[in-house]
Amino acid sequence: MESGPTLFGETALTRRKQRTEAVAKHVFFAMALAMIIPLALIIGYLVVKAWPALSIDFLLDPPLRGMKAGGIWPALLGTIYLVIVSLAVAAPIGVLAAVYLNEYAKDNWFNRVINLAVINLAGVPSIVHALFGLGAFVLAAKFGKSIIAASLTLAVMTLPVIIASTREALAAVPRPFREACWNVGATRWQTIQSVVLPNSISGILTGIILQVSRAAGETAPIMFTGALFFKAVERGDLFAYSLTDQCMALSMHLYVISTQVPGVPEALPYATAVVLLGAVLLVNITAISLRIHMRARKKW
Amino acid sequence: MLARTGRRKPSTRSVWVVWIETAFEWVIRLCGISAILFVLGIFYFVFSKAAPIFFESEFSIAEFLFSTQWYPTSEVNVRYGVLALIVGTLSVTLLSMLIAVPFGLGAAIFVSEFCGPKLKESLKIVIELLAAIPSVVWGFIGLTVMKTIIEKTTGAEMGLNVLNGGIILALMSVPIIVSIGEDALKAVPDSYREAGIALGATRWQLVYRVLLPAAKTGLLAAVLLGVGRAIGETMAVLMATGHAVNIPGSLVDPVRTLTATIAAELGEAPEGANHYRVLFMVGVLLFTITFIINITADLVIRGIRRK
Amino acid sequence: MVTSDGNRAAACQANAPAAVRNKIEIRDLRLSYGKKEVLHGVSFDIHENEILGVIGPAQSGKTSMLRCLNRTIDFTADATWTGSINVDGEEVGRMRNVYELRRKIGMVAPLPVGLPMSIYDNVAFAPRCSGMKSKSELDGLVEKCLTQAALWDEVKERLDSLGTKLSGGQQQRLTIARALSHQPEVLCLDEFSIAIDPVTTMRIEDVLKELKSEMTIILVTNLVQQARRLAARTLFLWEGEIVELGSTESMFGPNPKDKRTFDYVNGIFG
Repeated sequence: MESGPTLFGETALTRRKQRTEAVAKHVFFAMALAMIIPLALIIGYLVVKAWPALSIDFLLDPPLRGMKAGGIWPALLGTIYLVIVSLAVAAPIGVLAAVYLNEYAKDNWFNRVINLAVINLAGVPSIVHALFGLGAFVLAAKFGKSIIAASLTLAVMTLPVIIASTREALAAVPRPFREACWNVGATRWQTIQSVVLPNSISGILTGIILQVSRAAGETAPIMFTGALFFKAVERGDLFAYSLTDQCMALSMHLYVISTQVPGVPEALPYATAVVLLGAVLLVNITAISLRIHMRARKKW
Repeated sequence: MLARTGRRKPSTRSVWVVWIETAFEWVIRLCGISAILFVLGIFYFVFSKAAPIFFESEFSIAEFLFSTQWYPTSEVNVRYGVLALIVGTLSVTLLSMLIAVPFGLGAAIFVSEFCGPKLKESLKIVIELLAAIPSVVWGFIGLTVMKTIIEKTTGAEMGLNVLNGGIILALMSVPIIVSIGEDALKAVPDSYREAGIALGATRWQLVYRVLLPAAKTGLLAAVLLGVGRAIGETMAVLMATGHAVNIPGSLVDPVRTLTATIAAELGEAPEGANHYRVLFMVGVLLFTITFIINITADLVIRGIRRK
Repeated sequence: MVTSDGNRAAACQANAPAAVRNKIEIRDLRLSYGKKEVLHGVSFDIHENEILGVIGPAQSGKTSMLRCLNRTIDFTADATWTGSINVDGEEVGRMRNVYELRRKIGMVAPLPVGLPMSIYDNVAFAPRCSGMKSKSELDGLVEKCLTQAALWDEVKERLDSLGTKLSGGQQQRLTIARALSHQPEVLCLDEFSIAIDPVTTMRIEDVLKELKSEMTIILVTNLVQQARRLAARTLFLWEGEIVELGSTESMFGPNPKDKRTFDYVNGIFG
């Protein structure tokens, strides 16, 4: 019995199997890492390059001397305005659209068309959204190039983000809860309001937060609908723009100072990129931690 | 014994409450329908701005699609041929997919089949964060970091080219491929895995022989959506590809894409001029391409669900 | 095979004592999911203040029938039904205020469902939906319903805790309390005992015996002995058709009218 294959002993075949297994696992792991590590290095590099320029003053100062010095305040403020207005439009429409799709819609051709529309809305290139915003909001609706036109364009573009995560959150509420409510004579809306929405609110919030990050980072849709190269704004002035003004935006500002303006000191665009990236990632991390936190204290 | 207080009480809800509720249901319905209105609106507004170009003598649809000559602002020899731009888009997209598909699917397989729950959770978070990086930041990375790396390693004169755009786009498309691909693998019933393991297959054999064939349509959808994202990407390619109207002969040639052309030229084209309309026409072309890709991907995904 | 004539005959015969009033009259009820018909023309009456047992193997259309009764079948996209269901002389299919109908018919699902809200809110949910706002009225109703469902003593100290955190048996009694909270005239219980232990089952059975004086009870059950213990009349549904409807005594006796009833009741099939 000491030699030769036993029932559960090692054979050449099982050894080879184990080897392929290990190789496969490591290759796939390497593939997963191959996209993460270089990126981490790149982000580290950006931060190092940006370091000399990063300060509170950089955030609060307007750009000076033809954007070759100073900070990014008007751009930061513009991005905040754009995000808030687009959120105010997209959040209610997106959440209610998701409620419709998940709670009211039956599986018929009409609602399949709505589904397709949502998918396409998410897939249309951002620059085509820009053309749409230009045609619809700037020209047809006569808003002109303005915060309101740019925000509406962003709202349409980011609608699918809210719809998708809200639907997911609604679908996670088990159907028996709804049936129990219907059985005692609650209307659809009473059911939604008292059981479905309170139990999916964290998922809905996550979607809304993700919309914020998406809207803050987009450049193409606002280029021709309301963002401009430069606007003089006082340091730290919170009310520099009105809704019908054009504004600067962080993403646009990064594009402008890194490609359009010659002679900008190197640290400035790096610092702008780091601020934009940091803001977007921070917002996303908030959304993720909210999700994890809520998952931990589920009610059923 | 608990006696009943009385026979049926009529509902005390006021007519108003019921009325408000009905109205609200219509608002909800309208919001659902709004998605259709927006898509139709996009097509209508983009197409209506482009349409007058069909009646202009200096424009022909054949030249538009099959000529490589793009001289939209020339005084004497105006040419609106977007073939070079289409090829530019395709070359960057193709390269990015050559990089992103194997890495994306490999990562999807690792996340779905090979790693423990803790690692899986963290990897998914990282992938989600990757997907959140704004395209203008990707463009900036291409413009600065990637440019230097490419110039040093390939010896190319100009680091903004197909290779640069392709790598940046690949990094941008990987997250979507990973997340949709992982969904596709997750959709394969666990009974398949159990059956495979019961027969003594290793996990690699399981992936190769059972899961990949079973999930192949879903993985196809993942790739299609990655392609869609790559074709539609604007800022990153605008900043990273070198911006020369050119049919690329090698990886280190600069090109220009459909999206970047609109972004770069619309600001200078006078409203209502032929150049302006042709740029909207390019928008119609992009809309059509991504529309077809998205519909196909949806049909593929729907096909899986039906099974 | 049982024809609809047979059904009618059974229904008439069971009606024989003239004093009873019909609470619900069902005539030729046919229900399909998509193209598949699951109820093939069912006709019978339910008397006021009786416990009607409904027995039959899985997939025989028992649950579907209940869902037609309170029209929650409307929420199933591909379901269509024909025939007539008459509650207190009103045609269910033509009712405009289905919410009123659902409040008239209490429904207890097979699996306990505590809504993800406090125990108090679980019971107060239905009255609130129909517009009851007064705190004292609600308090009284909640206590009454929880007492009726034999749950009050166990939860009166913690009405604020989550309904979903109760044990299975408690949740099922909470479900019953919720079904009682809108003061229904008919109470339908759909296999209420499959997820709970025998002791709790017996307690609920006692509750049902008491409730009989106040309301009509339809007891769908997969435990034939449960029907025998509680129901005055029993209906045997099999593959969407009524095999037999009669007094529980005769159906569980040695000579039911249909051979299949005998076989099913004695565990020879099903």
